[in-house]
Amino acid sequence: MTDYFVELHQVTKIFGRRLIFEKLDYKFHPGKIYGIAGPNGAGKSTLAKIIVGLLTPTSGKVLHYNNSSVIPPEKLHNYIGFNAPYLFLYDEFTAEENLKHFSNIRGLKFESEKADYMFDKLGLLERKNDFVRSYSTGMKQRLKFIFALFHSPMLILLDEPTSTLDNEGKEKVYELLNEQAKNNLVIIASNEDSDLALCAETINIKNYKKS
Amino acid sequence: MKAYSIFRKDWQSELRTRYAINALAMFILVTISVIMFSIGTETISEYLTGGLLWVVIFFSAMSGLSRAFVSEEERGTTMTLQLIASPATIFSGKLIFNLLLVFLMNIAITILFFILFESFVIKNFLLFAFAFLLGNIGIAVSSTIIAAIISKASSKGTLYPVLSFPILLPLILTLLELTKFAMDGNTVESSLVEIAVLICYDVIMLTASYLLFDFIWKE
Repeated sequence: MTDYFVELHQVTKIFGRRLIFEKLDYKFHPGKIYGIAGPNGAGKSTLAKIIVGLLTPTSGKVLHYNNSSVIPPEKLHNYIGFNAPYLFLYDEFTAEENLKHFSNIRGLKFESEKADYMFDKLGLLERKNDFVRSYSTGMKQRLKFIFALFHSPMLILLDEPTSTLDNEGKEKVYELLNEQAKNNLVIIASNEDSDLALCAETINIKNYKKS
Repeated sequence: MKAYSIFRKDWQSELRTRYAINALAMFILVTISVIMFSIGTETISEYLTGGLLWVVIFFSAMSGLSRAFVSEEERGTTMTLQLIASPATIFSGKLIFNLLLVFLMNIAITILFFILFESFVIKNFLLFAFAFLLGNIGIAVSSTIIAAIISKASSKGTLYPVLSFPILLPLILTLLELTKFAMDGNTVESSLVEIAVLICYDVIMLTASYLLFDFIWKE
C-alpha cells in the first residue's frame, strides 16, 4: 500500500458573499474509499476541486504527503487521477491518441498493453481508434476513467463518477474502484446512494456550513 | 520535453481543426489585397511600406494568436491540461506553438511584401533579420500571455486588441524604427540601441509572463 495521504486544515471556501463550507479539517488515508456527500449546490465539486488543486481555498490549507514529505503543488498532477462530468477530453483525437498525448505531457512512456487492458476492461477496445467526438456521453465517461487511472495515481478523486453510466458501466466502475482502493486513496463526491455505499467514511458538507 | 509534448498535441490538433491557420491565412490575404486595391497605381514611399508591413503583422497576430488558450477554454479542456502538467510547462508548450505560428505567418507576410510592393526594398538585410527575429519573439511571448489572460474573460474578442495595443506598442514602434534603418542601409552597429531595446523587451516580457502565468492559470 502507498504512503500517500491528504490533510485538510481549516479549509474554508467563500464565493463572493456565499459561504460554501468553513473550517473543514480532515485526513484521508490510503486503502479506503471516502465519500463527499451533500445536496445539489452544497459544494461537493468545490471541495473536490480544492483537494486536487484546481481551486484555491479562501483560507486554510490542503497538504498532500508522500513518504511523509509534502508534495509541492507544481508536481501534484502526477499523483492525482481526477474525473468529473465537467472535464473534457480532446474530441479531435482518438481515444488512444488522447492517452498517448497525456502520457507524453506527463513525461511518462505510453504503455500500449496497459491501455488495451483498460480499454478492454471498460468496453472501449474496439472503438479505441475512433475520434472521441463520435463517442456517446457514457463512452466518454468511461474514457475519462481511463484518463484518471492510466498514470497509476496514488489519489483517485471522482466527482459524480456514475452520473451518465448504465448499470453495466456502473458495475465495471465499482469493480475498478474497489481494486484501486486496495493500494490507493479513493475519494468519491456524489449524491448517488450506490456510489456512497462503497465508502468507508463520508464527509457531509452540510455539517461544515454553520453560518 | 514535456513542453514539446504540449506543442506536439497543439500542432496535431491545429492541423485537424484549423482553428488558427485558416484565420491567419484569410486575414493575411484579405489585408494585403485591401492595401493593394487602395494603393492602386500610386507609388508609395519605402518607409510607408515598412510601416504597413508591421501593421499587417500586428493585426494578423490579433486575429490568430489568441487561439492558443481560447480554443482550450471553448472546448472545456483547460481543466484537463491543469490536471496533467505544471503551469510553467503549459506556458512553455503554448509559447513554442505561438512562436512557430508567428514565424510562419510573418515569413509569409514578408515574402508577399517583397513580391507585391516594389518600394519594399531592404538595403541592410542583416539588420532587418535581427529586427524580424527579436520582433517575432516579442510578439509571440506577449500574445501568449495576453491570450491566457483573455481566455478567462467573457468578451474575448474585444479584450484581446485592447490589451495587446499598449503591450505591443513599444515593440512595434522600435520595429518600425529598425525597419526604416534597414531600408536606409544603416549598419547594425549604429542601431545597437534599438536592438538592445528589443532584447530587453523580450527578456522582460518572458520573465513577467512566467511569473504571472501561475496566477492567471488557476481559477
